[in-house]
Amino acid sequence: MTEQIDQALSRTYDAGFISDIESETFAAELNEDVIRRISAMKNEPDWMLEWRLRAYQNWLTMTEPEWAHVHYPKINYQAISYYSAPKSMKDKPKSLDEVDPELLRVYEKLGIPLYEQEMLAGVAVDVVFDSVSVVTTFREKLQEAGVIFCPISEAIQTYPELVKKYLGSVVPRSDNYFAALNSAVFTDGSFVYIPKGVRCPMELSTYFRINEQNTGQFERTLIIADEGSFVSYLEGCTAPQRDENQLHAAVVELIAMDDAQIKYSTVQNWYPGDEHGKGGIYNFVTKRALCHTNAKVSWTQVETGSAITWKYPSCILKGDNSVGEFYSVALTRGRQQADTGTKMIHLGKNTKSTIIAKGISAGHSNNTYRGLVHMGPKADGARNFTQCDSLLIGDLCGAHTFPYIESRNPSAKVEHEATTSKVGDDQLFLCQQRGLDAEKAVSMIVNGFCKAVFKELPMEFAVEAGKLLEISLEGSVG
Amino acid sequence: MLTIKNLHASVEQKNILNGLNLSIKQGEVHAIMGPNGAGKSTLGYVLSGRDGYQVTDGEVDFQGNNLLELDVEQRARHGLFLAFQYPVEIPGVSNMELMKESVNAVRQHRAETPLTAAEFLKKAKAACQQVQLPLEFLKRGINEGFSGGEKKRNEIMQMILLEPSLCILDESDSGLDVDALQIVANGVNSQRDGKRSFIVITHYQRLLDFIEPDFVHILANGKIVKTGDAALAKQIEKEGYAFLGLDNSAEASA
Repeated sequence: MTEQIDQALSRTYDAGFISDIESETFAAELNEDVIRRISAMKNEPDWMLEWRLRAYQNWLTMTEPEWAHVHYPKINYQAISYYSAPKSMKDKPKSLDEVDPELLRVYEKLGIPLYEQEMLAGVAVDVVFDSVSVVTTFREKLQEAGVIFCPISEAIQTYPELVKKYLGSVVPRSDNYFAALNSAVFTDGSFVYIPKGVRCPMELSTYFRINEQNTGQFERTLIIADEGSFVSYLEGCTAPQRDENQLHAAVVELIAMDDAQIKYSTVQNWYPGDEHGKGGIYNFVTKRALCHTNAKVSWTQVETGSAITWKYPSCILKGDNSVGEFYSVALTRGRQQADTGTKMIHLGKNTKSTIIAKGISAGHSNNTYRGLVHMGPKADGARNFTQCDSLLIGDLCGAHTFPYIESRNPSAKVEHEATTSKVGDDQLFLCQQRGLDAEKAVSMIVNGFCKAVFKELPMEFAVEAGKLLEISLEGSVG
Repeated sequence: MLTIKNLHASVEQKNILNGLNLSIKQGEVHAIMGPNGAGKSTLGYVLSGRDGYQVTDGEVDFQGNNLLELDVEQRARHGLFLAFQYPVEIPGVSNMELMKESVNAVRQHRAETPLTAAEFLKKAKAACQQVQLPLEFLKRGINEGFSGGEKKRNEIMQMILLEPSLCILDESDSGLDVDALQIVANGVNSQRDGKRSFIVITHYQRLLDFIEPDFVHILANGKIVKTGDAALAKQIEKEGYAFLGLDNSAEASA
């Protein structure tokens, strides 16, 4: 039976193709000059360059964190190219017609034709192809509602006061090693601003894609939901197959003002490396939200890709009655390593947080949940509920749970539940005896295990996530 | 429809079946009885192809196919159904999801078009009613939190939905009270259409009061040692297996 599972799990990476769009790429090195050149390429104002340079100075004094339950060869930061842009993008296209047809074909291969997205899904898509945002759709409709959704490089030009005020306000430049690096060299990402009392009329979606060999991707996302507003943001990733390890160190900052709500959903499917663990993306991401009074932030993530995942989407529950939620499915197989979880920092009174984390390990992979629940001295009546379940497929993989709980307030309540189970031979046999093949059986059992998280995803994303899981578990999931 | 010749099988290198012969025609109901450890459940698992059950000798022909060459799911799609003695739970996967996939996998094998959601639901509701399972069971996780009796009825519900040609019931009566037994038996009887065949594995004659067998076989030491009709089951109920002159070591070792 184990053999069957292994077969079911060894599949080729569907999105593993390299497109041959010409790129303008910096030579591999990292120094102040590189940062100045990135800033110049982006036509940035001086304050932005200053900010980057200070981040770089911070980074130089820091050391790479080693506490995570992951192992990888030392990264040579001088061997990475920090800027790459599709050449034909020098003059930004005003519509899809002006977009490089090769680029459009890449998206079609990925099954996300922009035309269809535009017409059918009604989703505005800010596509990051390597480091430059290619096209942004439905901007006008969003503008009517007063919503700003644009590449952050554009926001730096157009809305400098907003960017100045909030960039680095949740994840400071010197927060951690990878955040500092990102602050110094980030190339692009998304910027969202929802005005007071506005319910964003559509779900905002971004597809990221790493395309240039040896190019670290350093996206920077900043979302500000002003008082009483609501936004649902979807982030999906896929990357082509290659042998070089690729560093991906993104920073996402969310600011939910009083009574605002942000729902941030991620489906992450970066190239995980081959069955021996060669290649694959290093995904070292800092995601954090600041919640003001009565605000609510939900992080939902489905993580199936990357060679290494180091990621802890967190909520700082600063305002009274604010709510933080974290729903996560992390699937590892082959030689993948994931160390992921969340931090819920309860500062305000009657703050509430919920953590539902589902880890699935297969092959030789290691899957770690690491979570912190902190109850500050002023967090009277604060409550947390954590449920952390691990599912093992086969007997060569590992599941680990590191829950940290710090309570400085006697009235705070923290609950933690954890389970570990195995996909049983008897479960597989039942499904097969009913006529399902082993692949379908495994994916059905795993999907059942993840149900509590999938129901938190926006409808069409939930379907996609289920499919992704199936693909990740099959020869080519569906 | 099913011909078993000289079947030998082992589990973890221990011989359990030792030259079993059995022939079943369309529409027949064969009861298999026998002391604990005789190999009754093993027979069900070997026929359905469960991993870990090694066939070391013999042949099995199922509707003209060499059954032993087929994968578990292929056997199922050819119409072999096993109602489990201990149905396993699969949390989060509803009966409905599993059965819709199952029914359509079987239909695809038969080159029939897949059922639409509405068509499937209609059949599933009818199957539930047949075994008096509330419809909410379709939405619940497979066997998740079901009582013993509900699990057994759920197995029969699945059987009705899949319309198999050969049903193997592995102690579908164990742990049931008289009422539940009646429901299970009625469900099974409703599927007796003169074409569908059954292997009913049981310890107790009482199930055979409700499901009348055409043949009763006594399995001991991995072989069929005696074959009769319903009267044989009654005799065993009364006298135990002693009159067959079996030594007790079989029970101890199996």
